[in-house]
This record gives sequence, C-alpha cells and structure tokens, in this order.
Amino acid sequence: MTTYLPIADQPSELHDPHTFISKYVWSQDHKVIAIQYGSTAVFVGLIALVLSGLMRLQLGYPNTFAFIDPSNYLQFVTMHGMIMVIYLLTALFLGGFGNYLIPLQIGARDMVFPYLNMLSYWFYLLSVLILLASFFVHGGPTGAGWTLYPPQAILRGTPGADMGIILMLASLAVFIIAFTMGGLNYVTTVLQARTHGMTMMRMPLSVWGIFVATILGLFAFPALFVSAVMMTFDNLIGTSFFMPAVQSLGQNVAHTGGSPVLFQHLFWFFGHPEVYIVALPAFGLVSDVLSTHARKNIFGYRMMVWAIVAIGALSFVVWAHHMYVSGMNPYFGFFFAFTTLIIAVPTAIKVYNWVLTLWQGNIRMTVPMMFAMGFIFTFIHGGLTGIFLGNVTIDLPLSDTYFVVAHFHMVMGVSPIMVLFASIYHWFPKMSGKMFNVTLGKIHFWATFLGTYAIYLPMHYLGILGVPRRYYAIGTTSFIPDSAMALNANITQAALFVGVMQLVFIINIIWSLVKGKPAGHNPWEATSLEWQTPDTPPHHGNWGEKLPVVYRWAYEYAVPGAKDDFVPQNIPPEEVVMLPGAGKYVNRSEEH
Amino acid sequence: MPFIIAIVFLVIISVLLHLLSPWWLTPIASNWSSIDSTINITFWVTGFVFVSVNLFMAYAVYKYRYNKDRRAKYEPENKKLEIWLTVLTSLGVASMLAPGLFVWADFVKVPADAHEVEAIGQQWQWSFRYPGADGVLGAADARLITPKNSFGMDEKDPNGQDDILVSTQEMHLPLNRPVKMLLRSKDVLHDFAVAQFRVKMDFVPGSVTYLWLTPTVAGTYDILCEELCGIAHHAMRGKVVVEDQASYNDWLAKQMTYTQQLAQADGDPAQGQPFYAVCAACHGVNGEGNIALNAPRIAGQQDWYISRQIGYFKHGVRGTQPGDLYGPQMAPMAQTLATDAMVANVAAYVSSIPEAPVQTTVTGNIDNGRALFEPTCGVCHNASGQGIWAVNAPRLAGMSDWYLVRQLQYFKSGVRGGHAGDEYGYQMTSMVQALKGDQAINDVVAYINTLK
Repeated sequence: MTTYLPIADQPSELHDPHTFISKYVWSQDHKVIAIQYGSTAVFVGLIALVLSGLMRLQLGYPNTFAFIDPSNYLQFVTMHGMIMVIYLLTALFLGGFGNYLIPLQIGARDMVFPYLNMLSYWFYLLSVLILLASFFVHGGPTGAGWTLYPPQAILRGTPGADMGIILMLASLAVFIIAFTMGGLNYVTTVLQARTHGMTMMRMPLSVWGIFVATILGLFAFPALFVSAVMMTFDNLIGTSFFMPAVQSLGQNVAHTGGSPVLFQHLFWFFGHPEVYIVALPAFGLVSDVLSTHARKNIFGYRMMVWAIVAIGALSFVVWAHHMYVSGMNPYFGFFFAFTTLIIAVPTAIKVYNWVLTLWQGNIRMTVPMMFAMGFIFTFIHGGLTGIFLGNVTIDLPLSDTYFVVAHFHMVMGVSPIMVLFASIYHWFPKMSGKMFNVTLGKIHFWATFLGTYAIYLPMHYLGILGVPRRYYAIGTTSFIPDSAMALNANITQAALFVGVMQLVFIINIIWSLVKGKPAGHNPWEATSLEWQTPDTPPHHGNWGEKLPVVYRWAYEYAVPGAKDDFVPQNIPPEEVVMLPGAGKYVNRSEEH
Repeated sequence: MPFIIAIVFLVIISVLLHLLSPWWLTPIASNWSSIDSTINITFWVTGFVFVSVNLFMAYAVYKYRYNKDRRAKYEPENKKLEIWLTVLTSLGVASMLAPGLFVWADFVKVPADAHEVEAIGQQWQWSFRYPGADGVLGAADARLITPKNSFGMDEKDPNGQDDILVSTQEMHLPLNRPVKMLLRSKDVLHDFAVAQFRVKMDFVPGSVTYLWLTPTVAGTYDILCEELCGIAHHAMRGKVVVEDQASYNDWLAKQMTYTQQLAQADGDPAQGQPFYAVCAACHGVNGEGNIALNAPRIAGQQDWYISRQIGYFKHGVRGTQPGDLYGPQMAPMAQTLATDAMVANVAAYVSSIPEAPVQTTVTGNIDNGRALFEPTCGVCHNASGQGIWAVNAPRLAGMSDWYLVRQLQYFKSGVRGGHAGDEYGYQMTSMVQALKGDQAINDVVAYINTLK
C-alpha cells in the first residue's frame, strides 16, 4: 500500500548537474531556465525596440528615409507588436519571472516537471528563431498587423503574404506549445509543491498573479493555436475557414463561405485574456515590490487576491470590445461594454490598494520602488483611457486612431515594462548576488518614465483629432493640421531618446554582473521566502538540507512590538525577537 | 522629493495639455453630438480620478518618506474603506457607462426614414452605389466582378437595373436626411471613417455591414479607410460632399445607372481607326511613341486607361497644372474626340495595335529597381508590370521609359495626381514617395525595362 506523501516531504530527486552543458545549456534548474528565457526575451525585445524606432522615424519625418517604404513600414509595425506582446512580455513575465520566482517563493526545490521545463525554453527559442527567420525569406516578414486579420493576411497586397505569414503562424504555434509545457508546470507546481505552511492565502501576490495568468494562458492560447492552424490551412491547402469568396487584385480567389469575423472572435478570445496574461503577473510583482520598499504590508491582501481572480475570470467575457466596429452584430456592443466596464472595478481596487499601501508606510526611495510607483502613475493613465475605448459609443470615433495606440502602449507597453524594470532591479541582487549601480538605475528610471509619457500623452490627442493608425503617411487631409505633423516629429524625438536610454540599463546590468558589490542575502529586508535562501544566488535545489516551513503571510512588515520592521515567513513565532515589554509575537494578519 | 515633484508636474502638464490642446475633435458635421457629450462626461470623471489618485499618491510619498526612527502602520486591511471605495467606483463607472449605452441604442437602431447608400471598398479605392427610382439596391456579389461589371451586379435582379453606379472616389449626401450607409467589400477588410461624422464601421467581405447618421453641415469631408487593408492602406482616400437636397438631386441625375452603363457599347477598334490619324501625328502610326515630340508609346496600353486619360485631358484634369510641360498639347487633341463613344473606339484601336519593342533610354541599377518595384509598384501594376484593371493600374512594361520617369517625377512633385478630378491620382502621389531621389526613379524604370 502506498501512502500519499506531499511533494514537499518526498526525498529529493535532483540530479546535480556536473558539466557546463548540463548546468547552463540543457539545464533543468528553474533558475537557469528563467535566465535563459529572460535574456532571450530581452534580446528579441531589443529588436522590437529598434523596429519601433524605424516606425517613428517614418512617422516623424515622412519621405526622408529611403529604406522605409510602405511595405516594410507595415512589416515593422507587425513585427514590433507581435514581438513585444508575445515574445517579450509573455515570455519574460511567465517564462522568466514565473520560472524564477514560483519555486523560490513557495518553498519548492524546483518545478515539478524540470525536464518539461527545459523543453519549454528550447521550444520558445525555436519559435523565436522561426520568427526571426521571416526577416530573411523572400518578401520578408508579414505586414498584416499584429492581429493578422484575414483575408488580407494571406492575400497579395499585404507584405509578406508568401513566406512571411507562414513563418509567423508556425512560430506562434511553436510558441504556444512552449507556453503550454511551461504553463502546466507552473500551475502544477503552485498547486502541488508548496512547502509546509504555505497555504494559498499566504502566497506572495507575485505567485498569485503568475498563477492566475498562467491559467488564463492555458485557456486562451488554444484559441490562437487553432486560428493559426486554420489560417495556415486556408493559405496552403485551400480551405475557407476565414476566407469568403473575394476578388483579390483582379483575380477571384478559390475560397468561398468563410468568415473573417470568426477569426477576429478567435483572435480576441485569446487576445484579451492575453492583456491580463501580461498584466496579472505585473500586478503581482509590483505589489511585492511596493510592499517591501514601503516597509508596510500590502493593503487588503485578500481583496488583492480576489481582484486578480475576478479580473482573470472577467477577461474571458470582454473580448469583443476589440470588435465594436468590426461589423459583428452591433447588439453585442451592449453586453461587451457592460462586462468591460465592470472589469474597471476590481482593477480600480488594485490601484487604490497600491496607493493605500504607500499611505502610512515608511517609503524607501530605491530604484525598484521608483519604477513601481512610476507604474502606478502610468497604469492609472492607461487604465482610465481604457474606459473611453471600452465604452462602446466612444469607440466609434476613437477606434483605429492613435488614441488606441497611445492607450494600449500606456497600459500594456509602458506599465508592464515599468514593472519589469522594477522587478529586475528588485530581484537582480538575488539572481546575481551583486548590487546594481544606483545612479545608473535612477538615470534609467527618469529617462524611461518621463520619456515614455512625452511619447504617449500627446499621442492621445492626435487620436482624438482623428489621425488613423497604421498609416505609412498621413498625406493630405482636410482636418489634420500641420501642427499635428510637428507633434509627430516631437513624439519621434522622445521615442528615440527613450530607446537610446535603454542602453543605460544594459550597461548597468553588465557592469554590475562584473563589478557590482556583493548584495548579501536580503538587501531589501524582505519577508518572502526567496530572500531567505541559504545561498545567494540560490544553489541548485534552492534550500540546502531542509525545506523552509512557513508560519505567516509574505507581508509581515512593521509588526508592532517586533524588534525588526520585517518578520520573514519562515521564522517560527517563538523566535521572533520582540522589543522589551512588547509581549509575545502574534500573527494578526489572519484574523478576519 | 524629485519623484513627488515629477508626479505633481505631470498631473499639471496633463491637465494643461488637455485644456489648451489645439488638437481636439474636428467640428462635428452629423447628428452624433451625443457621442461628443459621452466623451466629455468620461473626461470629467476620469480626469477627476486621475488628478485625485495621483495627487494622493504624491502626498503619501511625501508624508511617509523614509525615516529610520519611524515605523509604518500595521494594517492588513480595512473592510469598511474597501467597501466604500468599491461602491464609489461602481457609481463612477455606471455614470460613464449609462450614457454610452443610451447612445449606442440609438446607433444600432436605424431610423425608418433613412435612405440607403452603399459604399464599396476595395484595395485601395472607393466606389458607391445609390438605389434608383425604386429605392432598392439590387443584388451584387464579388464573384460576379469582371472588367465590364466592376460592381459585381447581378444582371438578373430587377431591383438592380436602375441602381446608380458611382465609380469615382467622391460620394454625395443630402443635408439633414438620415442615411443608412451599407458597406460592402470586394476583397479584404476596410473601414468607412469620416472624422466629422464621428461614426465608423468595418467592411467585412462576404457580408454587408452598416452604420447610420444624419449629415448636418454642408461641406466636403475626407473618407479614410481605418482598417489595415494592405500596402496602400494609407492611400485609400475618398471624399463625401454634403449638400442641400436640390444640388444632391442634380448630382445624382448626372450619374449613370446600371442599365445605362450596360447600354454603352464596347469600343470598336475598326470605328476608332480613322480618328487615330490625329494621334498618329505625334504618337506614330503604330503608336510606338516619339521621344522627339515628347509623345509616349501608347500601343498595347489598356483601353480603359487610355479612355480615362483622354477624358482627363478633355476636361482639364490633366494638362492644366503648372509644371506640366507637354500635357497642354494633349488638351486640344483630345477635344477632337467629341463623344464618349468616339473616345472608347480610339482607345480600343490603340490597345489593339500590334506592338513593336521600344528603344530604352533610361539606365539604372536593376537590382535596386527590382527591390523597389516588387513590394510596392508591383502590387497594383502586377509583378510583371502588365497592369491590373481591377485596381485601375495601367500597364508599365514595354512603355516608353523616359515617359515613366517624367510621370513619376510629376506624381512626386504633385504636378500630376493632385487634381480633384484625378480619381486614382492621390494613390500615386502617395505611393511614389517610396522612391526617394531621382536615382531611385531611374532604377525602378530600368527594372521595368526588363519586364516582358
């Protein structure tokens, strides 16, 4: 008879790697995989950053650059969007931070399926290589827009309609396979491998955000997967899932009866949860950064957890707010406007709770904290403009204009990236054992925070004016004044500035890896488990001989009467040092 | 401290930009001022939240800045406060959603007295269809499109016989009458957007979508395509003229119905041949062109293109711009063809002349020319430069290269294509910007010389 043995109690089966290859290349250690994921994502993100610079050159200074024609302009737009959303943000939050933090924050030695975890990274790398290969094939990468709407995505008249789109769809399919392998792993690990005492309601919000986002991904990515497969069939073997009978550049196509709107439903059934696949990990990570550096518990932890869960659930019933003017039955507008504006409520609660975490805190103005608070500002801005677009009526004039571009870059570009930088600066000392250069970090913050706002704040007003997006050139119109063109040039200057200033970040990371001062085990005096590892950076297996035991939530800061202003999760209550006369330590966080 | 100043500064800048912005909604020209009101309500509510939450954050960061002798307050949660905030937020959201839904209810319900007009989108042009006297549009289908039936009309549908077909880039609407715009695409997704009307909607091939509005201010407005539709998406421009009912009726009466269009005889080369004598003086007996007289080759060019250009010369759309050195010569010559039928006959004759190769005069880097041509020019003019009738793009291969260079320069400098009557000129003036500098033009034309 076998008895059930929790994973935390099972004898360790880690095969310690001995060779360079098994340690750093075919590694099954979640921390190495996290860094592989992270550095690949940052690399491909830099390519997308350069692409955005090229787009901005054309928009700010039309008819100036010989190497930007209408066709490669659209290719830059498409690849920039796709890389940033999928191959950078999704991969870095889940593959990078998910991999690094889940086992460390829940007190596990590794993911429950280390081999699968390794495969996940190599499939991700394969998907990146397929994607990048499309720059070198005949016709170049697809220029169908990151939404890849058929029929144009697979018809002549759109750049990259021959090889580019095939590689794009193949790359997405491989990415989704990679994500699924990683995602099943994250979910199972969170559910099964938590250490003793680590109840779900004691998990740091980072884990909650990553956990719920991964579940969203596991439900949402299949919709993208099937649409990629169906579009590939339409393209290569002549099916008509998304292709009605149309005439393309004077020729009747051999399709009939398909529905382009079906693709849009499938795409956004993935695409909207995708926004939260990126946002929820960001919400979680930033909560932990804010709480640690404000030296105060996160305000309303339980509400924060339920808000993450509620947002995750609601994100599956709002997708068609991307399609108010798509030609779907307009009566759907009522339902989707209603659900979309409901989602504003849990989102607003999260914002209030972040700000209330600062209130009555003791705020240390560190580099990660500056990025985290910068995030609050950019996220408030991006979230509020979302209320415009989600409200179906207002979408009529603003849809497909630069207002949309400005909105989603604030809410889904700048905000998550502020969190990424906050998180990288916050956990870099743990990952590397070194401290980064604070001055360079602050320069990087100010350039990024002020620079991105200079890009996107005025861009909203171009959209309100009615300047359409995805235009190679605005050309002549009766309603767009020259001042708008001049504004476009200013926006380009700001964008190029922000782009170049990211070099400060790269330099800081490289310099700190080589020359940074030793950071110590717990430089931020944080409570969560990853800061309590016996080694920094943590060794293979994370915890040495014995797994940690958890006694409380991850936000026990500023406990009245305690000697230190933080009580780590794994210190037994009787070992908490109290001030003279303060009595015994009591965990009050779980008294409801 | 710099952080607090930055937040306050950004809040002030945002509010000031909003209040002083010269970039705002264009003056409205339709009944949808309720949309503008909804936007304004939303700006007030969200603006209040933006300012108050951010200033509260700045204050908190100032008041609770780090002090090693102080400790944060231990307060895991505050149920009462959280409930209050939830309730207030819900009320705020409802105050924005409710007006939005009321306006949307108006938008989805088309008034019973709205008249119907169809806009047709195709890569990268507009055309329009008005129901005739019967008030009903006939059936149409992309599969029925041929060079003679560019609207894809179903010839058997009696409702379609009196439909008015407008294949220019300009539509007209009467003032103060609700109109239901039916949107039909021949090929891919497009979007009908007029900033001054506020409303927009996508075209979906395979179905007909719609929107409705009442134009309230007379004027001419740009129609933009606002759904990505391929490489010339940005060049897909139309115009809508809003005018009083009488002017509208006059305009409509001048347009041709489907029946009238069917009745137009095809050009007859035999009847066109005698009139060609005038042309032959410069363009040569075999239409081969004459560089000394600045007359390009015309033999083998598509008849619809020749017809249209003769029409342009006749009506002053071409040959009247300052800077067009040789265009004015064509105007009197074109006048010799008095009727549309004569123009069609001559055009039919010209395109039927057996072709002989022309002397090439332009040299350039063919590889570079190919790299420029294929992704851009080749999409409409066809990869082998044969032209595509469906997108109104003429043949380029084998035509006089010096003429192509000159026309590209004209399009680039606006000498050609800028006239309001030049239906597809805007596209060329826009797309030609992909060619930067004279060398690029020579390279492209040198590549076209290699096409068969």
